[in-house]
Amino acid sequence: MSPVLQGAITILVGVGGCIGYFYLANLILDKVIFPARRDDAGRNINRANAVRPWLFLVPAILALGLYLVYPVVGSFWRSLFNRGGDEFIGLDNYISLIADEGFRTAFFNNFLWVLVVPAMATFLGLLVAQLTDRLRWGNIAKSLIFMPMAISFVGASLIWKFVYANDADIGIINAIRASAGMDVLDPLQVPFWNNFFLMVILIWIQTGFAMVILSAALRGIPEETVEAAIIDGANPLQVFFRIKVPQIMGTIVVVWTTITILVLKVFDIVYTMTGGNYGTEILPSYMMSYMFRDDGRATAVAFVIMLVVMPVMIWNIVQARKEMH
Amino acid sequence: MDTIAGTKSSLTWAVNLSVLFLVVLWLIPTIGLLVSSFRDRDQISASSWWKAPFAVEQAFRARAEGEVRQDGSFWIIEGNVFAASELVDAFPEGAGYPPVLAFGVTGRDPGAAPVGTELENRDGGTLTMDADGAYVYTMTEAPGNRPPRLYIVAETPPEFTLSNYSTVLGGDGMGRAFINTLTVTIPATVIPILIAAFAAYALAWMDFPGRGLLIAAVVGLLVVPLQLALVPLLSLHQQVGIGQSFVGIWLAHTGFGLPLAIYLLRNYMVGLPRDIIESAKVDGATDFQIFIKIILPLSFPALASFAIFQFLWTWNDLLVAKVFLPSADESRVMTVRIADDLLGSRGGDWGILAAAAFVSIAVPLLVFFTMQRYLVRGLLAGSVK
Repeated sequence: MSPVLQGAITILVGVGGCIGYFYLANLILDKVIFPARRDDAGRNINRANAVRPWLFLVPAILALGLYLVYPVVGSFWRSLFNRGGDEFIGLDNYISLIADEGFRTAFFNNFLWVLVVPAMATFLGLLVAQLTDRLRWGNIAKSLIFMPMAISFVGASLIWKFVYANDADIGIINAIRASAGMDVLDPLQVPFWNNFFLMVILIWIQTGFAMVILSAALRGIPEETVEAAIIDGANPLQVFFRIKVPQIMGTIVVVWTTITILVLKVFDIVYTMTGGNYGTEILPSYMMSYMFRDDGRATAVAFVIMLVVMPVMIWNIVQARKEMH
Repeated sequence: MDTIAGTKSSLTWAVNLSVLFLVVLWLIPTIGLLVSSFRDRDQISASSWWKAPFAVEQAFRARAEGEVRQDGSFWIIEGNVFAASELVDAFPEGAGYPPVLAFGVTGRDPGAAPVGTELENRDGGTLTMDADGAYVYTMTEAPGNRPPRLYIVAETPPEFTLSNYSTVLGGDGMGRAFINTLTVTIPATVIPILIAAFAAYALAWMDFPGRGLLIAAVVGLLVVPLQLALVPLLSLHQQVGIGQSFVGIWLAHTGFGLPLAIYLLRNYMVGLPRDIIESAKVDGATDFQIFIKIILPLSFPALASFAIFQFLWTWNDLLVAKVFLPSADESRVMTVRIADDLLGSRGGDWGILAAAAFVSIAVPLLVFFTMQRYLVRGLLAGSVK
């Protein structure tokens, strides 16, 4: 069967199945299990209403449980076994990870990514948001800077392969170097700094995201505070740093953490640009290099990523609970 | 605001210029790719894309196929290089020939001598050539079956072509990959929406014990790294018989997309006016009716936001496709095709790479520019809250 036909059938079955499930489950609940008839009608309606939320939630809970909760436990459990998955070896995978030079490089590089990418993307996003705020063509400018968000990491990597190409007739970097009389080189093979050249790609993508959110936050600042500062003689820089930035600090933190989490998941850029060579490995790409080869090790790396993300997760949950009360 | 003293200043110009600078900086890489994808593959390696509108100095290879005559101990070949069979495609007759700038006898140095001068060749004689392509090649032995090699450097007019695209879509299997990407994307976008909408309604408007806990769980699951899911779920899929297949990837994308879907939709639904829902309840509407007739239509903007997110995410995904789809050629999606095949086998063929990249980002860009409003709204609902 062709995948297209299979896809069409899946949409029909999936959508039809969902609607059918919700409709029939409601019908059965109201008409068969707790019918609102006879003398216990009132009690049955209450009972039905107590069950109904769970009817609505069951498909989502099942999917979430199976595809996100179970893997956390499953991955950890798998990481305690050897390559073939038949021998329990405790924390040996983790111990050999720490002993592995490649893992330490990946961890250190990832640390650099986490340090640089969110900071630069947030800073540039804030800069663009502020600069375009009162510009007549600001929306067009924002839309163009936002555009890389729509591009896949693979597509973006290809775009930047052209920029970094090891040929003065193709790569703009080398063209600039050649016109300044310098040798042609491959930027992706320059030790240590090649990490930063890869980060540029993610910054290029994420600045638009930061900009959109921070721009909305800047718009939300009460005008009076800005006006009052101007009347008191503050210059534009002071208005920006002393009045505006403190008021949107909460949003800045949210943007920062969102990008941080993204940084810990993106393997595409390193995978397409260097394949993890020349000392550019990061944790997600390091994990992929073991995927299908040594699942015990791959899951151990995945769990390390989970541990790094954990504080953010807890902080998010705490914030969400605070908001609800 | 502009009228307030202190804001309107000499800074305005600086602001305009710096924004312009940033926008140009942001666009240059993409424009380079777009321009390159339409250029002739020989011209790409001969001159930079920002010189695409100008004539390109290119080296060409030909053979001295002119008339042979013997003169004492020398054999002499005379003719015009543009008549050579290898140059007929590049310089069709009647279109007028560009002037030859330089010529040579080795591929390593195709422009060894400027026109009008004499160059020693490897057959013991010399080669001279004029700007109009007329050459005289002398050698000490009779030419064999294959006439000797000639190289010229000439300017060719800029050439734009769709041949990169036809190569990519035809021979390189990107056409098939495009269909596969669509096949993965559409069900993976549609199915989570429905499941999430019901769940979001329950979490927003129905009262039951454990609701707060569930919401917190959804928030927590938002940041679970996908990497964790790969190994356990793939082995689960293999155990239940789904294996690596389209069904598997649809299920996976549905599961991975749900937290954001539920979170976005719940945040939106909570903000809907309470009066409407309560008066509907008073009128005897059941939760199911309220959901279908009131909540769903009112939540359209949030549904659209999530749909765009999920569409972009599944379309652009490489990780899930690599793991959950079979690695056979005919079921590869575009991202895998580019990352695993083209970059390896076509690594130096820039025209093909550029065209392939553009085929893969065209649809997301279209969606982006037509539905940006919903995308922005979704981002704001997801993050500022």
